[in-house]
Amino acid sequence: MGPLFGPILFAFVINLSLKQSLGEADEPLDVPVIGQQYAPNLMAYLKSHNINITAAPADRAAALKAVKTGKHDLVLVVPEAFGEELADTIPATIVVISDFANTQAQRESRRAMAALRSYNREIATLRLVARGMNPVVLRPLNIDVVDVSTPSGRSALLLGMLSYFFLFALLTGGMNLAIDATAGERERGSLEPLLCLPVTRDQLIFGKIFAACLFMSLSLSLSLVSFYVTLKFIPLEKLGMTPNFGPAVVVKAFFVLLPFTLLGASLMTLVASFTKSFKEAQTWVSIVLLAPTLPILIVSIMMVRPSTELMFIPSLSQHLLLVGLIKNEPTNILHVLLSVGGTLLAGAILTMICARLYRREGLLG
Amino acid sequence: MIAVKDLRKSFGEVKAVDGVSFDAKDGRITGLLGPNGAGKSTTLRVLYTVLRPDSGSATIDGVDVVADSLEARSLIGTLPHAAGLYPHLTARENIAYYAALYGMPSDRADERVAQVIAQLDIGEFADRRTKGFSQGQRTKVALARALVHEPQNIILDEPSNGLDVMATRSLRNLIRQLKAANKCILFSSHVMQEVALLCDEIVIIAEGQVAIHDTPDGIRNQTGCDDLEDAFVKAITALGIRR
Repeated sequence: MGPLFGPILFAFVINLSLKQSLGEADEPLDVPVIGQQYAPNLMAYLKSHNINITAAPADRAAALKAVKTGKHDLVLVVPEAFGEELADTIPATIVVISDFANTQAQRESRRAMAALRSYNREIATLRLVARGMNPVVLRPLNIDVVDVSTPSGRSALLLGMLSYFFLFALLTGGMNLAIDATAGERERGSLEPLLCLPVTRDQLIFGKIFAACLFMSLSLSLSLVSFYVTLKFIPLEKLGMTPNFGPAVVVKAFFVLLPFTLLGASLMTLVASFTKSFKEAQTWVSIVLLAPTLPILIVSIMMVRPSTELMFIPSLSQHLLLVGLIKNEPTNILHVLLSVGGTLLAGAILTMICARLYRREGLLG
Repeated sequence: MIAVKDLRKSFGEVKAVDGVSFDAKDGRITGLLGPNGAGKSTTLRVLYTVLRPDSGSATIDGVDVVADSLEARSLIGTLPHAAGLYPHLTARENIAYYAALYGMPSDRADERVAQVIAQLDIGEFADRRTKGFSQGQRTKVALARALVHEPQNIILDEPSNGLDVMATRSLRNLIRQLKAANKCILFSSHVMQEVALLCDEIVIIAEGQVAIHDTPDGIRNQTGCDDLEDAFVKAITALGIRR
């Protein structure tokens, strides 16, 4: 169920926050102002910038209380001396009261302050012109920003965490099976009868690991497809992001992540083989599963670039390759081969260790 | 037919099996009788190839259990001490699963599964999930899956454990049926009565060694006791003195 609900939850949360931040930009903002009568021009300016001036609390103390209790998100206070200070070319104080722990209030106060700042610039420009100076003197630098990122590239900012999610879905998809097939067999007492059958122990353990791999692949494809579908409902274009997650990418992502199933299955089987009960195995396997997912968490914060050496590290290499796919960067065949080969090799080694374990007499405990 | 020659197996310091020799013939029911910790289970585990002996040999129908363990396993049907079933599968599915693992082709497997279900009287609950089965039902299903491939040799480790009177009787009937089909049956027990009722030959084991191997009458003669239980105690004590 996780693989299905994860993307849906993700889409819901992203949609909600997008709606919050983008929707508000077009609506008029209501701001209570104490002392409106002391700055009529400023009030008119604010009105022209889509800000409604509404009735305010009685005084500053009342204003502080109102903002603290959440009655208002933002209150402006214009002191009586405002007009005089402005006329005397003294910096005229205007107080902005808000609650920066509240994201909504933060957004509103940012809008209000942006309007105030642009009023500030206008007055400053007028003053220079009145003194016979060209306002351009206040702009020594012309900063030209060139952004090389593409819309697909920018989408990786939001979707970079995806590989963590897919790997997690992959691992949890096979976890119960891997545990049940090893620790569960011992707990049920169904292991000894199995060992009495005319099959080799190698056949038994390979069968169990392969079954776990199968379930993990299913879980992986489910989460990939589910995300492909839910992505259509997230309007990332409004943020200037165009995620590259079409059917071709889904298929490529599947084959990039697939080698990890062997590694995950053999690792979980190995850990579960040492435990004596289903519950004990669940605890240990959950801890051990941090190891593959940790590199991804670290890297998504540190913004590491893919390099040939990193391709040997499982989970990390899958993450970097997946981010490259989402960014629509050209595929580096060498990197893909190293990632697949390295991960499969690690999986094969762990599988061999499991086989060795299974040939021991002490298996029955 | 099962032949055991001078089998020895130790776990660290403990000599679980210390020179055990006997043979179990086709068409005969052979019982391993002894106190707890005598080495019965260990001996059986070597026979069904889950443990390897330190020295000595054992053969099943002439096949060495160490050198050809895979083939040896195909010649036996085992009911180990713990014979767990898969709770989410029905009784029939549990048996069919093992039939497949024995390498039986599917049509033959279907036939045999139906046969053992009838033979062991499982029909009533054959298509129920085994979760929540009573001990008797479990033992029947575990036996059924051990017999599905028609093995010549049948090894049972304390099969009547936890069975009620009716279940024990039907188990007894089954074992007699198998004997009539000329199979070789070897089972271990520490319950006197069971062994007395069923066995053609009894191997009394204590402290990893064979005290006596004979028919029930032979044992009575050898020890001079009319009661089998007295004979058993006498034989074990004699073993203790000999050591």
